[in-house]
Amino acid sequence: MKKVFSRLYLFIIFIFLYAPIAVLIVLSFNDSRTRAKWGGFTLRWYAAMFRNETIMDALRNTLLIAVLSALIATLLGLTAALSLNRMKQRKRTFVMGIINIPMLNAEIVTGISLMLIFIALGQFLSRWGYMVEFGFGTVLIGHITFNLPYTVLLILPKLRQINTSTYEAALDLGASRFLAFRKVILPDIMSGIVSGFMMAFTLSLDDFVITHFTKGPGFDTLSTKIYTEVRKGIKPEMYALSTLMFVTILLLLLLSGVRGNKEKATVNSSKRRQAV
Amino acid sequence: MKKHSPLLSGPYLVWTAAFIVIPLLMIVFYGLTDKNGAFTWENVASMGTPERMKALVLSLILSLTATAICLVMAYPLALILTNMKIGATAFITSIFIIPMWMNSLLRILAWQTLLERNGVINQFLEALHLPKQYLLNTPYAIAIGMIYDFLPFMLLPIYNALEKIDQNVLDAAYDLGANKLQTFWKVIFPLTIPGMISGIIMVFVPALTTFVISDFLGGSKVLLIGNVIEQQFTQVGDWNVGSGLSLVLMIFILISMALMQHYDKGGETAGLI
Repeated sequence: MKKVFSRLYLFIIFIFLYAPIAVLIVLSFNDSRTRAKWGGFTLRWYAAMFRNETIMDALRNTLLIAVLSALIATLLGLTAALSLNRMKQRKRTFVMGIINIPMLNAEIVTGISLMLIFIALGQFLSRWGYMVEFGFGTVLIGHITFNLPYTVLLILPKLRQINTSTYEAALDLGASRFLAFRKVILPDIMSGIVSGFMMAFTLSLDDFVITHFTKGPGFDTLSTKIYTEVRKGIKPEMYALSTLMFVTILLLLLLSGVRGNKEKATVNSSKRRQAV
Repeated sequence: MKKHSPLLSGPYLVWTAAFIVIPLLMIVFYGLTDKNGAFTWENVASMGTPERMKALVLSLILSLTATAICLVMAYPLALILTNMKIGATAFITSIFIIPMWMNSLLRILAWQTLLERNGVINQFLEALHLPKQYLLNTPYAIAIGMIYDFLPFMLLPIYNALEKIDQNVLDAAYDLGANKLQTFWKVIFPLTIPGMISGIIMVFVPALTTFVISDFLGGSKVLLIGNVIEQQFTQVGDWNVGSGLSLVLMIFILISMALMQHYDKGGETAGLI
């Protein structure tokens, strides 16, 4: 009886979470310019989106920002984790508290604060004839900033698990600090680095609020493009593109996840075994 | 171990100062000064106008309601997921993360199609001969959007907290004669409080400050405090008033963060990721 209830509950939640996604996928095949009525099945939006300059532009910007910001945030996060790892408890808590602000703060506040600093920076630099142009650069900085806490949070725990004596042994045996880092520490924290990068990439890909406040006119990512299109009605090509991206990521996840899940399952089962 | 060179700690410290700390101080500065840079409380006090107060109160009501409903929905869900067989767990938890891979603006927008006058839900209700519900462009639609968008943020920390509970502790409780209900209230529930607190904050803060959900599902009739602030920056262009209003909003956020700090002694931000 209890099992039936929990199955039913899972099913209801499942519908709740996936109904909007089903709607979007259906709309991407809808042969009608409005979402209000069903005009039959078509694949034409999938062809049309590749011919749509502005959508392709936005896609390029979105992907470029996501890759670059994830990459830079992961590098910065790595250096931050390395130096946090050596700090005393009090100092570490303090610095972590500051790094975590963009994660805990409201996105609108982070967005506004970045917009204000770019404006102020622009005013400051204008004395020497320089300009701060709102666009790719400012959005990139914004994304790196809100990605940073996630990469630090995913890398730092891995570093803290490492036994420092192996690193010291490598140094004693004549390895340079860089070599010792690369051969001893890096392999152990690689999983944290990879998940940090993936997390940052995902968050950046989907961000709207920070981009909204740090972008200038003429620069759009997919999210800001959707936001401005809402009043006039979303172009069906947008549904097609999002469906395509969703399915692509899902497939990539399934392919890489088969291995990951197996690992996770063994960890879980060993945990249970300990419990028994 | 030797200290790392400043080359390592330099870049991220400069970054944090330049793009996290100073920008926040800018909000404080703009919020407490007028157009000429003279100190004033007026921007902050302008939250008191009836229209803005209405938006703030509505935001608080909606975000607290959405947070409460998320908690009530997510807790049993997390319990069910934790009790599932191994292997299925990894699969099922990813089911709750996968929706996040679809653009979040479009996902919220899809609720228009679901909730509107002749939308999917109403057609379904009609087929069952049940009364139609006119939810779109009302605060109810905004609350539904919030619950939908932020439910995973409540689920994951609670799930992680439940996963961490040692089976031995539960066995000990049973051995000492506690029944299932007693074990739940005396052992399991207290151990998940930190997870619940992070979940509550991860839902409450974005729900309180959203302007997208209210834009898409509330029509132009319903304004939340997020919309008021967003308009100050993008339409009115009055950064001083916008910053002043943000300062009021930040009071609520700071209270939430202080709560988080209080319950999260390890500093690892309890089961957030």
